[in-house]
Amino acid sequence: MTDTKELIRLSAAKLAEKLAAGEVTSIEVTQAYLDRIAAVDGGERGVNAFLHVNAEEALAVAAEVDAIRAAGGAEAEALHVLAGVPIAVKDLIVTVGQPTTAGSKILEGWHSPYDATVVERLRAAKMPILGKTNLDEFAMGSSTEHSAYGPTRNPWDLDRIPGGSGGGSAAAVAAFEAPLALGTDTGGSIRQPGAVTGTVGVKPTYGSVSRYGAIAMASSLDQIGPVSRTVLDSALLHEVIGGHDPRDSTSLADPLADLVAAAKTGNVEGMRIGIIKELHGEGYQAGVENRFNDSLELLKEAGAEIVEVSCPNFQYALGAYYLIMPSEASSNLAKFDGVRYGLRVLPEDGPMTIERVMGATRAAGFGDEVKRRIILGTYALSAGYYDAYYGSAQKVRTLVQRDFEAAFTVADVLISPTAPTTAFRLGEKLDDPLAMYLNDVATIPANLAGVPGLSLPGGLADEDGLPVGIQLLAPAREDARLYRVGAVLESLLEAKWGGPLLAQAPELGELVEAKEAK
Amino acid sequence: MAAINRDDVAHLARLAHIEMSAQELDRMAGELAVIVDSVKSVSEAAGDDVPATSHPIPLNNVFREDVVGHTFTAEQALSGAPDSDENRFKVPAILDEA
Repeated sequence: MTDTKELIRLSAAKLAEKLAAGEVTSIEVTQAYLDRIAAVDGGERGVNAFLHVNAEEALAVAAEVDAIRAAGGAEAEALHVLAGVPIAVKDLIVTVGQPTTAGSKILEGWHSPYDATVVERLRAAKMPILGKTNLDEFAMGSSTEHSAYGPTRNPWDLDRIPGGSGGGSAAAVAAFEAPLALGTDTGGSIRQPGAVTGTVGVKPTYGSVSRYGAIAMASSLDQIGPVSRTVLDSALLHEVIGGHDPRDSTSLADPLADLVAAAKTGNVEGMRIGIIKELHGEGYQAGVENRFNDSLELLKEAGAEIVEVSCPNFQYALGAYYLIMPSEASSNLAKFDGVRYGLRVLPEDGPMTIERVMGATRAAGFGDEVKRRIILGTYALSAGYYDAYYGSAQKVRTLVQRDFEAAFTVADVLISPTAPTTAFRLGEKLDDPLAMYLNDVATIPANLAGVPGLSLPGGLADEDGLPVGIQLLAPAREDARLYRVGAVLESLLEAKWGGPLLAQAPELGELVEAKEAK
Repeated sequence: MAAINRDDVAHLARLAHIEMSAQELDRMAGELAVIVDSVKSVSEAAGDDVPATSHPIPLNNVFREDVVGHTFTAEQALSGAPDSDENRFKVPAILDEA
């Protein structure tokens, strides 16, 4: 049996190989991750990536996979390639048998009566679900500090944010608490946490992964996607969760492309890779810019053609996003009113009417950021302002799509830094919502246009030694291109570093102890 | 466009069914004024000739076969309810006469 310290550092692809070869059992793998979670996640200074740990069920699924493998025969042959490989699930995605909180007090202790489609698919592949990961309340934030259950800490520096909203999923994977995780991305919530934790995250083409069972924030922007340590691992997970679902009326009917094969292509010769003029330079941290340039250099050496494209309407994307997203969120969150599920708070005095119960419930159940966005959305949709705000934002959406269309006539894939900065300090931007929003400037255009995006580690910034993310963008339905270019760039970078970037991350056990001793 | 003020926020909070204290209204009005100001440029970005996009990848007429599918039992549907009675969600008075 492999040493557990080594075991938890293996990629999902490698774990799958070892499981299939009988070199390790799923029980051993799953237990190793549960032990790691117990060691680094809890306590005052723990990572706090998990809101719920699902040990019993995960071990039962692991035992089932091991029994099938041990018995051999047709059933063992039919096992999915990722069978027995554990995974963590963002707590915005509903699961039977585990609570789903969306990071909010309003859903504390709530159990969904149904599974999300992506969770059904994980179960069909027999992947043990380790638990539910922390997030900004209802996925609203870029730092996980808006979680009602305390912030998640960045494994690279426990005093810094792990990104958001999916900071829990990214930190869990970066801290070797899980080999894989599911995230959701409305304006960058998979890609930006990936960037600041030195992990890989993919926002698939809008509609290519079912949203059934993802608690909706902004329905025309939300997308579930994979979180992992390697590009190939994301491709493997993407193939598990992707494909048409009749229960999501926005689900695309197209068959899923062969993403794993794309990740294994191994060359980018002759591919045209476009630098987006508006998404680097001014406003981007020097160390981010330097690592971005390193990646361009490597791709050029590998035979890719680097071109420059301009997307002039991206300057309006952030503004349009902060009108469309709150508008849709204000409508989607109207259902949390203390009637059918979740918290109910009674007013302290005065008449006991349903309207007053709703007002008291939502006042107590929602945090500040959620209230801000509901009020902003209610404003943008109100009579007299609708055309100027929501209507104009939808037009900008058309302009952003046209910018992408023009860019993709001269480039096969676009490239930019994923986020303008490395991980900022916990608390640093909490009192300045606008500064927080600016961290999503490079990721938002993809959501507005529905195109797929991938973030992979691009190295460490010179000034602070923290991870920098490189973002790749492709036309809608061309997710395979992201995996092809991403995997090549990853292998070139790892050759330069002499191993994966996460090998340079601090030993977390010692870090947690050191912080506690202070 | 007019700036957002405290009275606006109080009105919007009522529409959105969120009780807010005087202090909360003051703070929220200040924060929202900054955010609304920063998104103003959006209304000048596009001309009248630009169509609106409500959905990134338009799909039309998404139908399914007209057959009965899975539905929740009353027990499942009520499993998370704060209060229920005789297989129904139970709420306080709907009209102003408790």
